[in-house]
Amino acid sequence: MFYEPSSLAVVIFCLFVGITLGLSFWLGRKAKSAQSYFAAHGEIPWFVNGVAFAGDYLSAASFLGICGMIAFYGYDGFLYSIGYLAGWIVALFVIAEPMKRLGKFTFADALDAKFQSPGIKIAAGVSTLVVSLFYLIPQMVGAGALIKPLLGFSHATGVITVGIVVMLIVVTAGMVSTTWVQFIKGTLLVVLCTVLVGMILNRGLTTTQAALETESAPGHEVAAKNAALRDVVNGTPLPPTTAWPEDKYMRYPGPDGQGIYVIRKGESSSRFARCQTVKVVDGKTLINGIPQARGKNDLIPVGEITSLPKDATTTGPLGPFDYLRTIQESRIVVWSKEVVKDDDGSNVTVYFAQPRNGADLMVPGGSPTFAGIKSRNLIDKLDFISLMLALFCGTASLPHILIRYYTVKDQRAARLSTIVGIASIGVFYILTLYIGLAAMTSLVLDPSNTNMAAPLLARSYGEWMFAAVSAVAFTTVLGTVSGLILAASGAVAHDLMSHGFGLKFDDAGKVRVAKISAIAVGIIAIGLGIIFEKFNVTFLVGWAFNIAASANLPSLVMLLFWKRTTKQGIIAAILVGMCSSLGWVLVSKEAFKDLYGLPATQALAPFSQPGLVTIPLGFLTLIVVSLLTSAKSSSDAKTA
Amino acid sequence: MQPRQSRDGLALFFLYMAMYLGFIYINAFDPALMKKPAFAGVNTAVVYGFALIVVAIVMAFLYGFFGEQAKESPEQDHDQPSNP
Repeated sequence: MFYEPSSLAVVIFCLFVGITLGLSFWLGRKAKSAQSYFAAHGEIPWFVNGVAFAGDYLSAASFLGICGMIAFYGYDGFLYSIGYLAGWIVALFVIAEPMKRLGKFTFADALDAKFQSPGIKIAAGVSTLVVSLFYLIPQMVGAGALIKPLLGFSHATGVITVGIVVMLIVVTAGMVSTTWVQFIKGTLLVVLCTVLVGMILNRGLTTTQAALETESAPGHEVAAKNAALRDVVNGTPLPPTTAWPEDKYMRYPGPDGQGIYVIRKGESSSRFARCQTVKVVDGKTLINGIPQARGKNDLIPVGEITSLPKDATTTGPLGPFDYLRTIQESRIVVWSKEVVKDDDGSNVTVYFAQPRNGADLMVPGGSPTFAGIKSRNLIDKLDFISLMLALFCGTASLPHILIRYYTVKDQRAARLSTIVGIASIGVFYILTLYIGLAAMTSLVLDPSNTNMAAPLLARSYGEWMFAAVSAVAFTTVLGTVSGLILAASGAVAHDLMSHGFGLKFDDAGKVRVAKISAIAVGIIAIGLGIIFEKFNVTFLVGWAFNIAASANLPSLVMLLFWKRTTKQGIIAAILVGMCSSLGWVLVSKEAFKDLYGLPATQALAPFSQPGLVTIPLGFLTLIVVSLLTSAKSSSDAKTA
Repeated sequence: MQPRQSRDGLALFFLYMAMYLGFIYINAFDPALMKKPAFAGVNTAVVYGFALIVVAIVMAFLYGFFGEQAKESPEQDHDQPSNP
């Protein structure tokens, strides 16, 4: 779908980047030491740090991905919201204060506080690097996906632009500028979403009939509610072919004899609904068989309510609970897609309307990711259980979140800032449900791009709202990406080089190494962002959580609560957790399908999310190795 | 170490984890329950989900509040609050 590039959005975006970079350079004048680069002197006020937690954590995947997933599949996107927030409980009650007490700049410091072992520093540094890079992929892909329709840049240009801005932020003042960027972004995101939800509730819900659903099989007397469709489908259909069998599709010559009009049979009823098709021939995109042209022939916006309870056509302003209840009692048309191999061998993407009961959209299991929970087969349910576990355990293991504990003064400030973080993040995640549902029902969605749900919804409230939401979405990417790059550069300079391999740097030298690493990581992230363009952003984030939780959580928790943990146990747990979860992901059916182009049925992993197996495996490895090595080293008590 | 506070924290943590596991269990093994209305006509899935978020926020505030009350750990530098 073509989008009208909004000059207002471009202006606001440039203004924002300008202010951010200006602030960065200004703060950077004073920030020269390692203490400043890695931890902002430990002088960030707890309230600012708390909001910066939100700015750090609420990534493009949270904002765009979750809203888009709710808009297309209903409740399932909200499962991510719940899991992402629940993870903060682990961070607050288990990890926050010991992290602050034990560490200095990185989470490897905390793990290593008791043992002073270069091995732990290396293992933890490598795991930080792997998790950060894995988490950077969806952020960069999200950046490209966002910039492409809004500013009209290509995906690669978008990724490179974001990469350069972020590298400038990180290199000028490290943690100081990163923190303030995240503070500004966190504030804007929560405030803007609150305003947007206020507007959503005030507008209420209204029925439309754009999906062109027919009540009975075409060819007979069609009771289509839409005259345009009725005229088309009362004509003579094209003959069925192998690609378009008649038990599934009916095809008609389009209006004025141009293009093709495809009607698809509903799965569970005798209803037929209109489709939109996209086919690429010789680099040209055909929409419904006619070349795509801005404003003339394009995908039409989708997602609507076709009937409200009590046959109302509009509700007027609704309360927060009334809004949800009304959606449950309405009939809603959501759109799915399937790929059809056309008779000439090329692929046609068919987007088709699926009328659903609101009640079915407001429970889990609507999306491909979570469809397994409806299955009778236990293995299919494990994907859901495993992902929810990884989200719960992953938050407190994300390196870019953990380093934020070193920017405040003491344990009390660490605790208070976590509380502020939880409150702002929690409020935001409740708002995602309303934004997603409003996008689902406002006839604004691009059926070919789930990530654009929130900005497109905002556009229906006027140009200013659209510009504001787009600009905040950009800064969302900036804030999270700077946090990740900073964490990765800390892992290289502080954990690997100075402590792991024992290279000696003075304070300024260490900062220089960190800045060079930040640029290197930024360049790698740009490359990965371009390569992984086609991947589903939310899904990649889920994997990053799995890997973070498997690699880091067992050692963090056991070090705090089990006195017999040894350094070999920690090193083994990190390496086993990291390699097993990464390996599992690489032999899962998604990797087979999207990365190697092999059939998903050949995949070696029984389900896609490794956490359920690899997190316990990390704990088990730590316990076994610790018991073995402690028996060896202390030859007094238990040997013999 | 602050035994008192971390014990309270862990108790809250296990309480929350039980609630979270309950949510996963119902979704995986009794999905029909999630469709039943729970509050103001809104179904269990949404109400339970909201509850998981709201309870997390409430628990965080309680923990913070009692943490400020306790102030008994000797090795913490409890000087002036550093808020802006």
